[in-house]
Amino acid sequence: MDKVVELKNVTMNYHTLDGETQAIKNLSLDIRRGEFVSIVGPSGCGKSTLLSLISGLIKSSTGEILINNEPVKGLSRNVGYMPQRDHLFEWLTILRNTIIGLEIQKKLNKDTMRGAEKLLEEYGLGEFKHYYPKQLSGGMRQRAALIRTLAVNPEILLLDEPFSSLDYQTRLAISEEIWLIIKKEKKTAILVTHDIAEAVSMSDRIIVLTRRPGEVKSEHDIQLTTCENKTPIICREAPEFRIYFNMIWKELDVHV
Amino acid sequence: MYEEHSSEHKEFIRKEKVTKNAVIISRIIILAAIFLLWEAAANLKWIDPFIMSQPTRIVQTIINLSKDGSLFLHTGVTIYETIIGFLSGTILGTFIAVLLWWSNFAARVLDPYLVVLNALPKTALGPIILVWVGGTTGSIIVMALLLSIIVTILNVYQSFKSCDEDKIKLLKTFGATKVQILKKVVFPSSIPEIISTLKINVGLSLVGVIVGEFLVSKAGLGYLIIYGGQVFKMDLVMTSVIILAMAAALMYLSVAWIEKKFIKMR
Repeated sequence: MDKVVELKNVTMNYHTLDGETQAIKNLSLDIRRGEFVSIVGPSGCGKSTLLSLISGLIKSSTGEILINNEPVKGLSRNVGYMPQRDHLFEWLTILRNTIIGLEIQKKLNKDTMRGAEKLLEEYGLGEFKHYYPKQLSGGMRQRAALIRTLAVNPEILLLDEPFSSLDYQTRLAISEEIWLIIKKEKKTAILVTHDIAEAVSMSDRIIVLTRRPGEVKSEHDIQLTTCENKTPIICREAPEFRIYFNMIWKELDVHV
Repeated sequence: MYEEHSSEHKEFIRKEKVTKNAVIISRIIILAAIFLLWEAAANLKWIDPFIMSQPTRIVQTIINLSKDGSLFLHTGVTIYETIIGFLSGTILGTFIAVLLWWSNFAARVLDPYLVVLNALPKTALGPIILVWVGGTTGSIIVMALLLSIIVTILNVYQSFKSCDEDKIKLLKTFGATKVQILKKVVFPSSIPEIISTLKINVGLSLVGVIVGEFLVSKAGLGYLIIYGGQVFKMDLVMTSVIILAMAAALMYLSVAWIEKKFIKMR
């Protein structure tokens, strides 16, 4: 089994003057190459913290995180992060927005520029590359945000509830598109989400976390009987969809 | 929008235009009424024109001052000092705000000093500046700078601090350094705030310039006002105040115009 990401007994504590909060407790998990894994859990269970840890933005209190069998020290260049909102910079054109990662990593040259433009063209934004973000629809902006992440060619994509700011219809359509792009580019993806249906329809595997401090509660390999070319929207029609949905819903144990 | 307007829509547009014109006409009427009443009151000896001045005397003063060119000299001096004052206040203030953003420690240490300096009426420092810098244009510009710089530091620093954390996080995941974060997101996202600070600073710098001219007493509208007061030429004082009001409005509108252009550009 080809593990890309490995977490071993990771614990994360946050410190404030009011006290100490344990966000993640003794968490271990593996992500295989090319997998699409979703992490679901109750609000505040440390899902986003988990992504920050994997990307190397923050350091765990104890435990070990490996990417390609190497411990994460500081920021990992193998990892691309996609935030909750698109966070395109309003003062830059779409093209300038998508090459911002390349600029920061000082990797902007003719080839990488061409690469970014090719991605824009391939995913339907070619003619909009000189537009400003506010001239684009929410879905197009989200696609531009993904291309910004893909432009620096990361191995692993971390998706931090990337669709949560979109309305429901756009959300269905864009999650389909983004899923197709991720599969086409053969990336490993870790998606953090609240939306059980979204997780079941998009993932190969779902990891359910407990309430804070977050631990792994259960794991589900998602096997849906659909036709050959399955996509998230087709997956929603599979007979097992409902079963996975209910199972995970019960595990989340939501009380309001 | 491009199709034939319905009669209902035409009626709506017409009503909007009528209201807009009514507002403009009312403004003009108020201004005219004030001046007419003032003029009449002076002519009918309800008020003493020697103390209160009157519009025709003001017009006469403007003509006299224009003839020897001193009107343009004094207005020009005041505008020049104000522009230098508020530009340097904004630029220097923004620069200090960058330093504070850079070092959280420095920002925490300096916070009470800034609060006190902000609360202090800077005009109280006028005599000190006059002694230290001397009775020159330099003193006036330092006054103008002092009035605008503290507000600039506080506003721009606040705007830097309120830059979206997630945008910064996004850049950090690309491996951005602090300089890159400043250049790529913190500074550009604060530009609207910096321009609106510019608008506040026009007014504040003008206060600094007028107080400075009171103290230095060499040239400028502030000098004309203080001189006119001392020799009891109220016509000169009133004229200067009116010119000053027009100059202030002009400068404010210029900055507002730049702001509008800039917002459009983005």
